[in-house]
Amino acid sequence: MLQVHLKPVWQQADLLTVDSLSVSFGLDISAKTVVRNVSFSLRPGRCLAIVGESGSGKSVTARALIGLAGRHARVHARQLSFDGTDLIGLNDRGWQRVRGNGIGFVLQDALVSLDPLRRVGKEIGEGLRLHGAVSSRQELTQRVIALLKLVGIPEPEIKAQQMPHQLSGGQRQRALIAAALALDPHLLIADEPTTALDVTAQAQALALLEETKTRGKALILISHDLAVVSRVADEVLVMRQGEVVERGTAAQIFGDPRHSYTRQLLDAVPSRRPRGSRLSSSTIGEQTEPPPVQSPPTSRPIVLEATNLVKRFKGPDGTLRAAVDGVSFELRSGETLGIVGESGSGKSTVARMVLALEAPDEGAVQFEGRAWTTLAERERQPRRRSISIIYQDPLSSFDPRWTVGRILSDSLSSNVQTSRKRQERVLELLDLVGLSKTLLDRRPIELSGGQRQRVAIARAIAPNPAVIICDEPVSALDVSIQAQVLDLLGDLKRHLGMSYLFISHDLAVVRHISDRIIVMREGRIVDCGTTEEIFINPRSEYTRSLIAAMPRFVCDPEISRSSTIFERGVA
Amino acid sequence: MNGNEAVKRIARNPLVWFARRILSGAAVVWAAATFAFLIQCLLPGDRAQIIINVRSGNVGSAAPAELASINAQYGFDQPLVVQYANYIWRMLHGDLGESYQQHRPVAGIIAEQIGPTIALALAALLMAWIIAILTTLLIAGRDNIWSKLLSGAQIFLATVPPYWLATILLVVFAVNLRIFPVVGENSPMGLVLPTLALALELSGFFGQVVLNEFTRVLEQPFVTSARARGMSDLGVRLHHVLRHAALPGITLSGWALGKLLSGAILIEVVFARQGLGGVLVAATSSRDVPIVSGAVLISAGLFVLVSLIVDLAYRMLDPRMELT
Repeated sequence: MLQVHLKPVWQQADLLTVDSLSVSFGLDISAKTVVRNVSFSLRPGRCLAIVGESGSGKSVTARALIGLAGRHARVHARQLSFDGTDLIGLNDRGWQRVRGNGIGFVLQDALVSLDPLRRVGKEIGEGLRLHGAVSSRQELTQRVIALLKLVGIPEPEIKAQQMPHQLSGGQRQRALIAAALALDPHLLIADEPTTALDVTAQAQALALLEETKTRGKALILISHDLAVVSRVADEVLVMRQGEVVERGTAAQIFGDPRHSYTRQLLDAVPSRRPRGSRLSSSTIGEQTEPPPVQSPPTSRPIVLEATNLVKRFKGPDGTLRAAVDGVSFELRSGETLGIVGESGSGKSTVARMVLALEAPDEGAVQFEGRAWTTLAERERQPRRRSISIIYQDPLSSFDPRWTVGRILSDSLSSNVQTSRKRQERVLELLDLVGLSKTLLDRRPIELSGGQRQRVAIARAIAPNPAVIICDEPVSALDVSIQAQVLDLLGDLKRHLGMSYLFISHDLAVVRHISDRIIVMREGRIVDCGTTEEIFINPRSEYTRSLIAAMPRFVCDPEISRSSTIFERGVA
Repeated sequence: MNGNEAVKRIARNPLVWFARRILSGAAVVWAAATFAFLIQCLLPGDRAQIIINVRSGNVGSAAPAELASINAQYGFDQPLVVQYANYIWRMLHGDLGESYQQHRPVAGIIAEQIGPTIALALAALLMAWIIAILTTLLIAGRDNIWSKLLSGAQIFLATVPPYWLATILLVVFAVNLRIFPVVGENSPMGLVLPTLALALELSGFFGQVVLNEFTRVLEQPFVTSARARGMSDLGVRLHHVLRHAALPGITLSGWALGKLLSGAILIEVVFARQGLGGVLVAATSSRDVPIVSGAVLISAGLFVLVSLIVDLAYRMLDPRMELT
């Protein structure tokens, strides 16, 4: 561990100074300014968080600091200096010295930020090699393994020899952080370092970043997720449409937000609000205040019943491994059953078996009191429309050449026959999910993430299904959009009375929407019960650790430093 | 255990994969052999008469006794099935028949001439790759006049027929500038113009394929990550992007080599080089069918071999590939 002598904060000079930073894209006439007059400064050992929705300019701001805002970007600033180096007008060679060496950068989207054709160790050692920090191949290997150890990756010698696709998402994120930390830079910039990670991996990544801060390094953390940021940040910049709308210490921003947009972002976090209450300010259709949360409808009929499901897959070493091992549950009419687990816990395999896309090796699913998974596909076909699915990434579940109108019309059941009736139903669906009919002729790529997920929801409810399987439906969305989509799902259920099988790694989201919850780990159910039972009195140790790892707001910086909300260790 | 899973596991064993590839390759060669046999049988005209004409150099009708002796000598009097079985049997022993004209085994004639042809095709493949990669490294992801010009040149080259290009190159570099020999010579200098004539078309084609992929990969997050570590633009292009961009080109190399072999035959004639080209042209015009069908067979065999090499190379470059 490095010994860092920390001077009192007020005696330290700024490491990074940004004054009136603006970034625009395109030529003079058609130039689009995406970042406008952003100013801040950062001292060693401090963390600045930049928060905002996607498209707010936070990532571009960060990338401008290492001269990688984009090929056609024009960057202007009154001052942009780092550690005594003027970054304005720096040539290629100058930038190469700063990047990696002075400023470490962890890019958004860990899953695709490692070269898929190179070994993990080579990728991590690249910075060391480039900046001539090692003299021999042996030393390089040792340093790489030490880095992997530092970020808590188990079996570092083996992992260094593996390809990125052989690592889990959390491990890839940590490998990426290791690559950024390789040269022990004074400033680490992490762009959405916890998005797409499940809670335990998220907690580990955050703990790692926090540790970097306590070693006296400066940290810039970019996220749309305020709960994540509240743990580590000292200061917060709230950005919207390229401008800073509010700035302050973490305590100020989270405890006493001034700007309405900041309040909106804070309200959108599910764990801050009572279960089942509205998260977004927008209203859909004629919905008014929702009725109080009802107790689980145990008296209602069972629509879906899974008995002792088992599914085995071949592991990397060639042996069969049970991805799902003896899972049983029932889903009642009008009920939301949450399935929580980390990636690899088997929850998506359960969904595929319920959809009869994957045949269980043992056990069976009964649907509406009749056989389902044991049927021949031809017999199942007529009833397929009674179970719908909403995926995490709607974009890849749409035909990119189809318009919204065609996507929805195609999903209608065949007994809506005349084209006029189909048209009416499509408009009705758009209205139900709160989309304007001007979107009818758009293609999926032309929609925002939230709009896409609304179209996916409209498609799922189109054939009036009895059950909708929601597989991570909000985990790719910004918190504020996530809030709107969760509200919409709640409204639709009250309105149309279908059942949800809601699969997510995000406990806060599952808690918000579910009547009952199943906790899965390594293919087995480790805990189940009503949402209150699970959260107030969890039966398994694992559920307790998941709840403990949930990011939650820490408004008082003193508490945040002393408490150990994030536990480390589970790989 | 699920039976299906067991089958899949066996299928992923590298040796099993290799054995399967060899078997399917043998099937391709066998099909080509059958095709070559059928060409010999189905060509119009009596085969014995053709042989006599080829040998004497005259066109006319031979005496029945003469025809009968030829038929007996080549086994043409036996049923077709027996002829086919004999043909395959001889082929398995490396005997591709005898040239009507030269009275020598076809295998020997092809073996003598195929060396320069393969050398020309391989040299052209190598040169096409070098040109394609160099231009791509220079122009990919850059918005300047050079990148537009070179990209345009790639498209132009990809559409020009090689024999036309060969003539232009001959006139400019051999006749006017006298840098390279005009014809014949099997020296390294003599190889330059034919190789260029053959490679330029392919380099334009490869260039466009590699350029497309290169431009796409340049925008990938892992490339930006490498830049954020302080890697230079050239380093990023060489160490990260090139490998990805080369993959679709590698896949096409097997197909390209087949195309180059047939292209080489034309080019050899234009440059009057030694090689399979001259032999084949002579054999075709004199209806010396065993040589033509022997060449078909050898090309099929080469093609199978090259596809196998390409697949192995692809697997080495992209470890994510499952054996399929």
